[in-house]
Amino acid sequence: MENVPVHQWSLLEAARRVREKEISSRELTKALLARIEVLNPKINAYITVLPERAMAQAAACDEELARGAPRGPLHGVPVGLKDIFCIRGVRTTCGSRILHNFDPPYDAAVTTKVLAAGAVLLGKQNMDEFAMGSSTETSHFGVTRNPWDLSRIPGGSSGGTAAAVSAAMCFAGVGTDTGGSIRQPASLCGVVGVKPTYGRVSRYGMVAFASSLDQGGPITRTVADSARMLSVIAGYDRRDSTSVDLPVPDYLAAVDKPVKGLRVGLPREYFEGDGLDPAVRAAVEKALKALTDQGATPVEVSLPHTSFALSAYYLIAPAEASSNLARYDGVRYGYRSEGASGLIEMMSKTRAEGFGAEVKRRIMIGTYALSAGYYEAFYGKAQKVRTLIRGDFAKAFGKADVLLTPTAPTPAFRIGEKTDDPLTMYLSDIFTIPCNLAGIPGLSVPCGLSASGLPIGAQLLSDHFREETLFTAAGAIERAVPVPRVAPLTG
Amino acid sequence: MAITREEVLHVSRLARLSLSDAEAERLREQLGNLLDYMKQLDRLDTRDVVPTSHAVEMGTPFREDVVHPFGDREALLKNAPDREGDFFRVPRIIED
Repeated sequence: MENVPVHQWSLLEAARRVREKEISSRELTKALLARIEVLNPKINAYITVLPERAMAQAAACDEELARGAPRGPLHGVPVGLKDIFCIRGVRTTCGSRILHNFDPPYDAAVTTKVLAAGAVLLGKQNMDEFAMGSSTETSHFGVTRNPWDLSRIPGGSSGGTAAAVSAAMCFAGVGTDTGGSIRQPASLCGVVGVKPTYGRVSRYGMVAFASSLDQGGPITRTVADSARMLSVIAGYDRRDSTSVDLPVPDYLAAVDKPVKGLRVGLPREYFEGDGLDPAVRAAVEKALKALTDQGATPVEVSLPHTSFALSAYYLIAPAEASSNLARYDGVRYGYRSEGASGLIEMMSKTRAEGFGAEVKRRIMIGTYALSAGYYEAFYGKAQKVRTLIRGDFAKAFGKADVLLTPTAPTPAFRIGEKTDDPLTMYLSDIFTIPCNLAGIPGLSVPCGLSASGLPIGAQLLSDHFREETLFTAAGAIERAVPVPRVAPLTG
Repeated sequence: MAITREEVLHVSRLARLSLSDAEAERLREQLGNLLDYMKQLDRLDTRDVVPTSHAVEMGTPFREDVVHPFGDREALLKNAPDREGDFFRVPRIIED
């Protein structure tokens, strides 16, 4: 263990060593900042790095520890946040030109929680513009590269966070997931990502994309680290009216529980069809074997409306986005187009110049789907199909405690490979989207590498507020299927 | 599903989004293709299905309607692209 470089430690290991004064928070933070300085020009995982602020925080942590007053379980440990979470006084861009100069007047709930736990904030991580994308290619601040192969995308929209975790440029990150934006990049970068139950983590201060689907969650290198992070960021918040007032369990205790007797459902629809890469199928089968070898019972289940989820999602999410993004009008904050002659022209030009192509496309789809004459045919229909998809899961969870599926149909694709055809890009989220529509929790855990050495993830899904079951199953897979967690390319 | 150029321009006006000619044409084609794909939803009979407005069963949350002053007016106003004192300044709304 002594030979493992500092940056490769798990979050739990780093926290323990700081707590036991084997290393100071300043040394730890300095090591990570040095690594970011070397790697960020190649990977572009961070939009904003906060060296002075992080070192000042680290010094304060060391001083508090010397006084015997650690703040919490992340005391002195450097982490990163997707650039969608507001940090008071730190530019928050959401990957967009329209927020390129936005200086939030308050902290997001997630920010407050990680700070209260003692974490040091290294910076804001890159993402698809307004979290709309599956590859981090739509960011105004340039594409993030996959640390396993720099010619490939890291997934998206939380691609900067997944890449930073995988390249050991932070000990943990927090991303957001509207249709797979935590799980898909975690899978493609070979790390662990959790989308909690809708309502588990407060959305206060998290820039809104599709409010009925958005949920923040951890991205880490180990299952136990994700469990720790989720315990920190979960919990009721009166400032988010959809936040759920339920006690937060000890997720860490769930990781080492036995899986004997656990019913693992295999949804037939996720394994048929020719879009699934054979290497992904083989890796997920290995994950299943790991579970059954430890005493879990496989059961076949059916989610018959799976093939309709993508259509429902690409109506509901853009509809909510078109409404949420109406606030970016050049009046109160953000970018404003100069030289327009009237108010409406100023707003229309601000939005034309401030938003990128994918965001415009989704605003247009959403506005169309909500417009007079089309509302029932598109948005109303999609909301009904959402009910059918929720019903599929409710039935499946009568027969199974947890579902096992691939996270993404293929390993990471090449930069530019899917940018010309929106529908092809959207199809890379086909296995992650139904979970958001149903509001259930989902987790991606590494379960293998492709022949060319690209990471593959298995997705676990459970019923509402059963995150503990995900951690138990993921822990069992992690123990039996060891996959390197720090991308070898970066050492 | 064919979308006309007029429909694209109408929706762009609703969305307060100016489009170049090239953008309007590209969006006309892409929106048509996407909506074609989404038409698959019509294969499902949803006459008796209640639409989902909330994925997780919970009651409507109520709270007292109490004002919580934010406190830092300057932090809010300093983000304004244009301001005059404590006001946001915008281009002229009413024509002469």
